Amino acid sequence: MAIIRAQRGFLSRIARRSYSAAPSPAAKLNLPIDYKSTPLLHHTPSSLSSVPDFPAAATTKRLNYFQAINSALRTALSASDKVMLFGEDVAFGGVFRCSMDLQTEFGSDRVFNTPLTEQGIAGFAIGAAAEGMKPVAEIQFADYVFPAFDQIVNEAAKFRYREGGTGINVGGLVIRMPCGAVGHGALYHSQSPESLFAHIPGVRVVMPRSPSQAKGLLLSSIFQHNDPVVFMEPKCLYRAAVEHVPNEYYTIPLSQAEVIKPGKDLTIISYGQPLYLCSAAISAIEKTMGVSIELIDLRTIYPWDRQTVLESVRKTGRAVVVHESMINYGVGAEVAATIQDGAFLRLEAPVKRVAGWSTHTGLSYEQFILPDVARIYDAIKQTLEY
Amino acid sequence: MSSRFILRRTWQASHRVRHVVPSLSSPARRWGSSISQRPGSDRVHFPGAVDSKFTTDMGFLKASDLPAIPTYRVMDADGELVDKSRGEPNVSDDQVLTWYKNMLTVSVMDVVMFEAQRQGRLSFYMVSAGEEGIAVGSAAALTPDDVVFAQYREAGVFQQRGFTLKDFMGQLFANVNDTGKGRNMPVHYGQNYPRMHTISSPLATQIPQAAGAAYALKIQDQQNRDRAPRVVACYFGEGAASEGDFHAALNIAATRSCPIVFICRNNGYAISTPTLEQYRGDGIASRGVGYGIDTIRVDGNDVFAVYEAMEEARRRALSEGGRPVLIEAMSYRVSHHSTSDDSFAYRARVEVEDWKRRDNPIIRLRKWLENKGLWSEDQDKEMRDSLRKAVLKEFGEAEREKKPPLREAFADVYEDITEEAREQMKELKRILETYPDEYDLRPYKDGAKGLD
Repeated sequence: MAIIRAQRGFLSRIARRSYSAAPSPAAKLNLPIDYKSTPLLHHTPSSLSSVPDFPAAATTKRLNYFQAINSALRTALSASDKVMLFGEDVAFGGVFRCSMDLQTEFGSDRVFNTPLTEQGIAGFAIGAAAEGMKPVAEIQFADYVFPAFDQIVNEAAKFRYREGGTGINVGGLVIRMPCGAVGHGALYHSQSPESLFAHIPGVRVVMPRSPSQAKGLLLSSIFQHNDPVVFMEPKCLYRAAVEHVPNEYYTIPLSQAEVIKPGKDLTIISYGQPLYLCSAAISAIEKTMGVSIELIDLRTIYPWDRQTVLESVRKTGRAVVVHESMINYGVGAEVAATIQDGAFLRLEAPVKRVAGWSTHTGLSYEQFILPDVARIYDAIKQTLEY
Repeated sequence: MSSRFILRRTWQASHRVRHVVPSLSSPARRWGSSISQRPGSDRVHFPGAVDSKFTTDMGFLKASDLPAIPTYRVMDADGELVDKSRGEPNVSDDQVLTWYKNMLTVSVMDVVMFEAQRQGRLSFYMVSAGEEGIAVGSAAALTPDDVVFAQYREAGVFQQRGFTLKDFMGQLFANVNDTGKGRNMPVHYGQNYPRMHTISSPLATQIPQAAGAAYALKIQDQQNRDRAPRVVACYFGEGAASEGDFHAALNIAATRSCPIVFICRNNGYAISTPTLEQYRGDGIASRGVGYGIDTIRVDGNDVFAVYEAMEEARRRALSEGGRPVLIEAMSYRVSHHSTSDDSFAYRARVEVEDWKRRDNPIIRLRKWLENKGLWSEDQDKEMRDSLRKAVLKEFGEAEREKKPPLREAFADVYEDITEEAREQMKELKRILETYPDEYDLRPYKDGAKGLD
């Protein structure tokens, strides 16, 4: 089902694949996400200019998610000769086209392939950042970041702290990685390890939901924040999500959540691709139950915007947290515990978590493992009726 | 890894990714023409090995059939020039005397601090005994602008590059003078300039970092031609060279042409593990050539051999637009691994005593100096006494010095202290004030107020 979300046009032209699950023909909730009409994307330049994150009177261009990343990288490489871009297969444009044409424009000294070694890529990037460069390192899939885990956890995250008085740090470092499910990625092309990184003091963890957000948050990660950033890009949005994106340089602050849609009866907290599922579930339940739901995009997973979430839940009294990665020890656990601690007297129902089940993303079972509109709808309903 | 690689390609194909011709501006492209095999050629033109001759002899290369890589030395164990036909090392008497003093300083400090740890006045310590020559000799060939990444047994590099006894003691006692703000275990030194990155415990992690740092220096020096080009020197032991990060680093440094000198201290042991259980090839040096890296093995007890090799390695690292060089410096770890280790549990005392007596970088250089009439027993005794006094003086002062304020436990995790951490600092302060008898805040600067 997820592949349909990501690749509708593509799939309509070819026979349905037996290995990826198909939606039920009678489904009313679990319908393919229509990215062309979702309110989460800026389909016109005018909707963009109404959001304070974006520069006023900017010229815009319709870009998909990978093109927005490409635009951000091009903007960054032009803005500072400290910016470098490297990883496996980035030179020819990257396996997801995010670095397309950048080596031709900026030269093979600043945009280049590395040998196939994730621990090497991360270590190399840390060293370059320690000498004042702004390396943007790419891990081809988030599933393959684990060989670099030691470098990220023990080195990048602790660099400023242990250097202390020398003042040396790796604040210029950004590690990008495609993450999340697409319907047929199975065990090693589907993972979202954000909560593992959120358990490490010293790194910022960011996951943008849309092209315009991706550009602003990536430029912010490179230039506005002097801390190492793990930048996660939901790969099913690379081609699916298209919207107006400002052409110029702009940044969206990290560690600030965005209230996408105000509401008064319940707060949904999510980030990345599941926000589109949340949005679909909200329209369905607002129609059937006549309620009003507030939707919050965390944008930065750590350090996260606790105040915006607490303010919202103190107002609505009910909360549901939604994410794709596993429920156990996931981001939802931290958000739910924080809500329990900070809004206890205002809570009228337990905080509900809708997330991946505690298993692996077996190929044939993805649609049953990952959160979908029906599960989110059900969680909202149960929480409202508690 | 190969199955994963195939998976990725399948993935790529399933997404109908447009294949573009790789840019021809990429450096060091291997094939010059599309003809993979010229008719009648005696050699292979596979892209992965471009100049390999065909053979009908099915000969396997056997490591043990190859001669061991020789060990470069300048002076023998008696402090005499080995090859009389060559000139003496191009080093002034003053320089050599400074090296000697620096090696001796580390050695004297080691004895005092090891003993201090045994008395419980210090939590931990690691000596450099037997390896002072590698550290001082190599650091002497660096400029102050060069950058060092070390493992932990390189106190001599810090000493040679301007770290003072006060700096050493501040770090060891984690007091207010510690550049690391009291956060790291002892001997995890660090300095901004001349830059020696703060040491971290995870082994070998600094090796790919050093490659990245060298690449950064190369790009910066290309962008600013007024600046004298710089190199990175990266130190590690032969045990650390078994980590995946070693492999990643040498490979990436070679493919990205990084101006870096890798210096392996091969002292025969990684804690209790002898080299026979660490590797079966010809040490670490034999691996360098496999990565396409210029490599030399030197006698680590010969400060001149180390210095000369390092000077030449630095020159090579900066030639041809930058390239890595590997030095394997042979020595023997005459000390215990650390204060938490009793090495007689896994090696004979007599073996250690033999090495101590037979060869040692400090005694060897002292003999050289005495042979040249630059040094005497009286001078030696006098210097050892004054160094010991100086160490003890700084030791006493460092021990009495306050520890940094408690806010340093929370600062520098991020550039700014997060709202969450501020809340936790407030909560910790409340606990400290509610239960004042439970915590001894006297050693910490500003006590509980240090959290404000």
